[in-house]
Amino acid sequence: MYKNKLDEELSKLHSDLIRLGSMSEDAINLSIKALLECNIEIANNVIENDKVVNKLTAVVESEALKILLRRQPVANDLRVITGALKIVSNIERIADQAQDICSIVLNLSETDYLGKLSKISTMADISKRMVNLSIDSFVKQDLKLAHQVIEMDNDVDELFLQIKNNMVKLIIENSDSADIAIYLMMVAKYFEKIGDHAENIAEWVVFEHTGARKNIRLL
Amino acid sequence: MVEKYSIRTEDLDLHYDAFKALSNVNIQIPEKTITAFIGPSGCGKTTLLKCFNRMNDLIANCRITGKIYVRDIDIHSDIDVNALRRDVGMVFQKPNVFPMSVRDNVTFGPITHGVKKKSDLDKIVYESLHNAGLWNEVKDRLNKSALGLSGGQQQRLCIARALAVSPDILLMDEPTSALDPISSGKIEDLCDELKSRYTIVIVTHNMQQAIRISDYTAFFLLGEMLEFGETEEVFSNPKNKKCENYITGRFG
Repeated sequence: MYKNKLDEELSKLHSDLIRLGSMSEDAINLSIKALLECNIEIANNVIENDKVVNKLTAVVESEALKILLRRQPVANDLRVITGALKIVSNIERIADQAQDICSIVLNLSETDYLGKLSKISTMADISKRMVNLSIDSFVKQDLKLAHQVIEMDNDVDELFLQIKNNMVKLIIENSDSADIAIYLMMVAKYFEKIGDHAENIAEWVVFEHTGARKNIRLL
Repeated sequence: MVEKYSIRTEDLDLHYDAFKALSNVNIQIPEKTITAFIGPSGCGKTTLLKCFNRMNDLIANCRITGKIYVRDIDIHSDIDVNALRRDVGMVFQKPNVFPMSVRDNVTFGPITHGVKKKSDLDKIVYESLHNAGLWNEVKDRLNKSALGLSGGQQQRLCIARALAVSPDILLMDEPTSALDPISSGKIEDLCDELKSRYTIVIVTHNMQQAIRISDYTAFFLLGEMLEFGETEEVFSNPKNKKCENYITGRFG
């Protein structure tokens, strides 16, 4: 029955999405390492590897669109495909932001930024954990994990405000470090966005099960 | 790689008296693929399908100009039409089993073409029914009337009957339009399995079926073939506006 072919195609889509998720997890882990160690080699590798992420993103998007075209999925299948198309964009953006962080590491590599990171390291840890858990919630289709990720986003937002205030203070106290402060501000913003993308992934995992996102029924 | 074509037409026109049913059709159907013919009723899909094994010869006022090649042989040259119809089998919209046993339905063609030995016929019966995905359902009732089978089983028996004479090409004229979704799904799966060995041309009004099972799609309107291409391309990025309007349900 063609239903079985649909199952096969959905299963392939799911496993490719997991593979992509794991690649973006690697990208964010490595970008944090590059940032905290000022490691140019790792930063360059993350930037280079983004092409592979983009390629696999296109494969996953094509698979999802072809299932829509060929199979006209309904019910749970339709939610899974819609969720997959949304999740893939968020995963790709996470890898993009890891790449952006690495570009800033290259720009800052000649400066003494390591002593001025403020709470960025803590923020990086939480957003990394959010990404890990959101991918995990997708892999295991675990709603409890997904809700945990959604809750964590408040912590990242709170840290972002603290870092922003610290950077403003740094600029006022030491105008020579203004350049570094602005770059680090951007890094903090990227981690805040990564947290948002992880939250989005978790919300789409919830949608796949319930048809609702942010408590609004979509389907 | 040079593509091999099972069927080719060149500047094919077909008239029923003064009415032009097909106009300047040039199509190349690659071997061991499934090609779907789509288009509104009366556009010439079935007429073209019937050209490929000269079924239109049976219509007195039908006149054909242009060329039709089946495996590079001009089918209007001096050929054995019975052999052509053996090589190019056909399955119709409504299951048309013969009022005889399941076994006799399958052996009818081979016997007509000279197969006599019982062991040969037994082998043909098993292989044809097996390849048509019907063996397990009918193996204990081979000698009972085929009319007792369900519609879906009868249609698969018709496919088995077509396979029994070892064709190269299978023409299917809306083979699932009279069947429920489960039976239709079985025929679609069967087509997918058969295409490794046969070239299949299927006329269908079901767009989703065309997308699901075919490799190539041809769109016809008023006797003209307005679009031909890989199915995914035709259904995701049609070149012809009328084709797009038809597949999106805007006319037809």
